[in-house]
Amino acid sequence: MLRKNDTPGKLIVVEGIDGSGKSTQIDLLYKWLQAQGHSVYFSEWNSSTLVKSTTKRAKKRKSFTPTTFSLLQSTDFADRWENQILPLLKAGVVVLADRYAFTAFGRDVAREVDRGWVRNLYSFAMQPDIALYFRVPLDVAIQRITGARATLKYYEAGMDLNLSESRIESFKLFQERILNEYDSMVDEFGLTVIDGTLTVQAQQRLVREIAKQELEGWAGLPTPEGSPHIILQSEIHS
Amino acid sequence: MSDPLFFGAGFPYRTIDDLPGKLIVLEGSDGVGRSTQTQLLRRWLEDEGFAVSDTGLRRSELTQKGLEDAKKGHTLSRITMSLFYATDFADRLENQIIPALQAGFVVLSDRYFYSIMARDIVRGADPDWARKVYGFALKPDLVLYLKADVSDLVSRLIHGRGLNYWEAGMDLRPTDNLFDSFLNYQAKLISLFDQLAQEYEFITIDAGRPIMNVFEDLQHHIRDLLEDQQPILEEDLM
Repeated sequence: MLRKNDTPGKLIVVEGIDGSGKSTQIDLLYKWLQAQGHSVYFSEWNSSTLVKSTTKRAKKRKSFTPTTFSLLQSTDFADRWENQILPLLKAGVVVLADRYAFTAFGRDVAREVDRGWVRNLYSFAMQPDIALYFRVPLDVAIQRITGARATLKYYEAGMDLNLSESRIESFKLFQERILNEYDSMVDEFGLTVIDGTLTVQAQQRLVREIAKQELEGWAGLPTPEGSPHIILQSEIHS
Repeated sequence: MSDPLFFGAGFPYRTIDDLPGKLIVLEGSDGVGRSTQTQLLRRWLEDEGFAVSDTGLRRSELTQKGLEDAKKGHTLSRITMSLFYATDFADRLENQIIPALQAGFVVLSDRYFYSIMARDIVRGADPDWARKVYGFALKPDLVLYLKADVSDLVSRLIHGRGLNYWEAGMDLRPTDNLFDSFLNYQAKLISLFDQLAQEYEFITIDAGRPIMNVFEDLQHHIRDLLEDQQPILEEDLM
């Protein structure tokens, strides 16, 4: 159970396995919300500078265990939560997060940490106002990833789980476990499923419709007069 | 889901059957004499023919540098700090303590998660949340709680390594100087330790006495614990 959002801000998160297209969608949503005149902030998974060097070192040395990996990721999230996400929500900002607690619930449980344990770790976080899960079949996601990039990284492919000696095989098996976890989370956390095989525009139409409904009649933190997107907006309308 | 060897689910992804070693934890306030006693105990146990390993808070290779940097900058927020310490603890438990116990070592742990929990709770952490975080922790064989009055601690620290920001709880900003903060903060910690002592069945030792008196008490309790333990002979280690 995540806490209820009792702040004046709005929390919108996107979830999905690698190659699901969620990052493209949240980027478009960010720009659209800004153009609408909202104060928006974007937070990315694994971006805490506090924890970055530790993560890098451990990945290099392959010294992570499922528990320490989970805990370090939660530390990263906590840093962003306490210092960026929560304060901005309290200020009435729309916070967009590319990946949220659900990523941990998926990946860490795929690594066999206790399901209840990892949920407790993130229990200080709030339930998003919108949680979009971009669902794609595994082979579609694989194609997108392996097409776009040369190699899969060790932990990304779940090589620490010894599922296969082949990196690509390991990745498939690892992502499959995560997919199963995501599916069970749809009901558990009220995730809104978006068909990730639709065109980018079709998905974005759905995403904007959902956002519009949620933000209907809501007034968040105003943007200061003279800021770039206000000027842009007035140019569009003239 | 729980495992009898652990406080909660432990490490579901690995089987830990046999732990021929013994885990002895020394707990207590900053400056109470844990390091001194650990050194004495180590020498004594090794003389008795036991293989001894010692481990302390924040000596994990994984998190050491990151935590040091973060502490220097006084930039750690509460939940982030909790989770960073939990990561450190998990790393030491999985990569140092458990392997040593599997090899039959007597492990002297300078503090355990109890100290981290106490520090968290003084800072406003939900005790239930903290308890659940440490569901992966192994149950020690013996916890020796070195209890002293704040006045004893002050004398030793002023003459020893001095007061520091974190040990004085300065991040809590209760007063404008290290000394008053220290008194205030450490008193709160001691009160929490007393509660934890009951809950987790610590053996409370009066640490306000001369070093050798305290040492003899510790030896007495450890002797009881190791009664049936066979020391590892030099030959076995080669």
